Amino acid sequence: MKHPAKRKSGELAFAAFLTIASIGLLVSAYSISKFEALSAPGAIPMATTLVMVITASLVFYQTSRATPDTQGKFFVDIMPPRIAIIAALLIAYAIALKPLGFLPTSAVFLLVTIKYLSRRSWFFATIVGLACLLGIYLVFRIVFTVLMPAGIVPEGEILAWMRHIFAGEK
Amino acid sequence: MPETLSYFLTVWTHPQLMLLVGLGTLAGIYVGAIPGLSVTMAVSILISFTFSWDVQPAIALMIGIYMGGVYGGSRTAILLNIPGAPSAIATAMDGYPMAQKGEAGTAIGVTTVMSFVGGLIGITVLAVAAPLVSDFALSFQPRDYMLLAVLGILLVGSLSGGSLLKGIFAGAFGIAIGAVGMDPLTYTERFTFDTQLLRGGVSFIAVMIGMFGVSEALHQLHHLDTPAIKQKISKIVPSWRVIRTYLPLSLQTSSIGVIIGALPGTGGDIAALMAYDHAKRVTKNPKVPFGEGAMEGLVAPETANNAAVGGAFIPMMTLGIPGDAVTAIMIGALYIHGLNPGPMLMIDKPDMFWFIVGSLAMANVFMLVFGLTGIRVFTKIVEMPRAVLIPLILLLSIVGAYAVNNAITDIYWMLGFGILGYFLKHYDYPLGPVILGVILSRLLDDNWRRAIISERESLPKFFAGIVSSPLSLTLFTAVILIFISQTPLWAAAKKKVFKA
Repeated sequence: MKHPAKRKSGELAFAAFLTIASIGLLVSAYSISKFEALSAPGAIPMATTLVMVITASLVFYQTSRATPDTQGKFFVDIMPPRIAIIAALLIAYAIALKPLGFLPTSAVFLLVTIKYLSRRSWFFATIVGLACLLGIYLVFRIVFTVLMPAGIVPEGEILAWMRHIFAGEK
Repeated sequence: MPETLSYFLTVWTHPQLMLLVGLGTLAGIYVGAIPGLSVTMAVSILISFTFSWDVQPAIALMIGIYMGGVYGGSRTAILLNIPGAPSAIATAMDGYPMAQKGEAGTAIGVTTVMSFVGGLIGITVLAVAAPLVSDFALSFQPRDYMLLAVLGILLVGSLSGGSLLKGIFAGAFGIAIGAVGMDPLTYTERFTFDTQLLRGGVSFIAVMIGMFGVSEALHQLHHLDTPAIKQKISKIVPSWRVIRTYLPLSLQTSSIGVIIGALPGTGGDIAALMAYDHAKRVTKNPKVPFGEGAMEGLVAPETANNAAVGGAFIPMMTLGIPGDAVTAIMIGALYIHGLNPGPMLMIDKPDMFWFIVGSLAMANVFMLVFGLTGIRVFTKIVEMPRAVLIPLILLLSIVGAYAVNNAITDIYWMLGFGILGYFLKHYDYPLGPVILGVILSRLLDDNWRRAIISERESLPKFFAGIVSSPLSLTLFTAVILIFISQTPLWAAAKKKVFKA
């Protein structure tokens, strides 16, 4: 059980969060079947969450004793704006996926993230983003036959129309 | 015997399956070669896409990726001094100095051939040893499986570097995630918090993609500005004289690779480091000193990490115990396709076992071919900017999480576990034990309950059973020893002994 040399910013709060969450899970595990029997459905959940509580508490204790890293800042080293923004974009993507559909949501997501991360022109982001989306769509929709939400795009009709064209039908 | 051969040759006689193994190997080399992309990430994302496929094509593709990925990590280790995968850490020690001297082509050529040799030996041992281990495993009691599961999680936790406490926490957390939903034996709700959504449990694919796809991609955002370095590569195919010179060493280090790979909790990275250490000890007068471009320092880890692949499949296929995160995910893939890795797999589905062995052998051949021919293409691919790569990984992760159940909630789970995984990784909690815990949760739970019911709910009887069985006692002792070896008591005792 080594003591960390330095405590990263936010580490103590995270250790506290894990300890509290583990206690919450232990309470929930206890409510499954209490101390009914060793083979009860709650036995392993209780044992594992108890292990979580013990280890999380010990980690919390060790972390609290470690010297804080005064140079490090949470919003610089751990959660810089870049990561927070990408995480927020991911959540926005997940929310918009069903109502808007896979194609428009993914196109916007790729364009915005590539533009933001590469710091290059909108033209570059649009070309690269759309090329990537086309590649993903062809591979996963056609080869892997993954069905994604169609949303506002009449994807089924477009695909049927394209099949007609390639089949040479009128 | 003829049946076994026909099962083994299935992949070799079906062009579609051959193509999939080839594609997988190519993609695996690519994934392994790009720092930040891991085989674990690739296989976990891929499971969701191949979910609706027949079992053979799905497994063929995944095996290709696994085999190619282990080898691909050496590319960037040699060219850029950045191991593409943990198993290539030791490769960088002598591979990069060789590249700096303009010998990158030779280094990659030797690496490729020796990886092939290592892979071949690992697969041969798998084919010979797995049926024997499987026969032996038929005599395992439920308590032995329970102890094996605990041992696996504990080993992965303790060997992933850093704190054992964090490793144990991660493993226990994984088991708790695996327990969410309805208990399969009594239909009691566990950790559902009275919500309909949790009754079906948490999709382990969402957990896997979140932990290894999203968290890794977010983590890579810290290194967004690292520029891509270009390298020139000359002659690749090594001469027969060079191969012959290093063959004895590669045979020795292959054995190390297979044994280390077969132990639960250890994998290619540890095998490679141990093989490197072995090479240093047995090579008295290397032409070039170790650390400055010694060929022996390149041959040893590369043979070992590929041999470890075959080794890792032994406990996975015969006991249902994954050795590391990648094999845990492979077990998940087999479960999804209705297969149950364990001693009965060899009896019920020998065709699948030999199909997997055949696919591994084919992936090994593809690795040799692609490794020696497609090098210039790979160096171009590695130069792909992260500003494009990361959004692509994130998008694939989302599509992958959604694809299995066509459920938006799985995307939310995946994002939740991705963000949690990001913080866990940042604060040095290993992620491997979480996945191992999720996969082994059911095995642990079922076998504990069987074991304790057979002892009429008596703990003293349960422990008496452990003491009276040599196998159970060995496993129990191993669990205790691993635990003690990570405590300050052990460190103090070791200090005392060495002082004396």
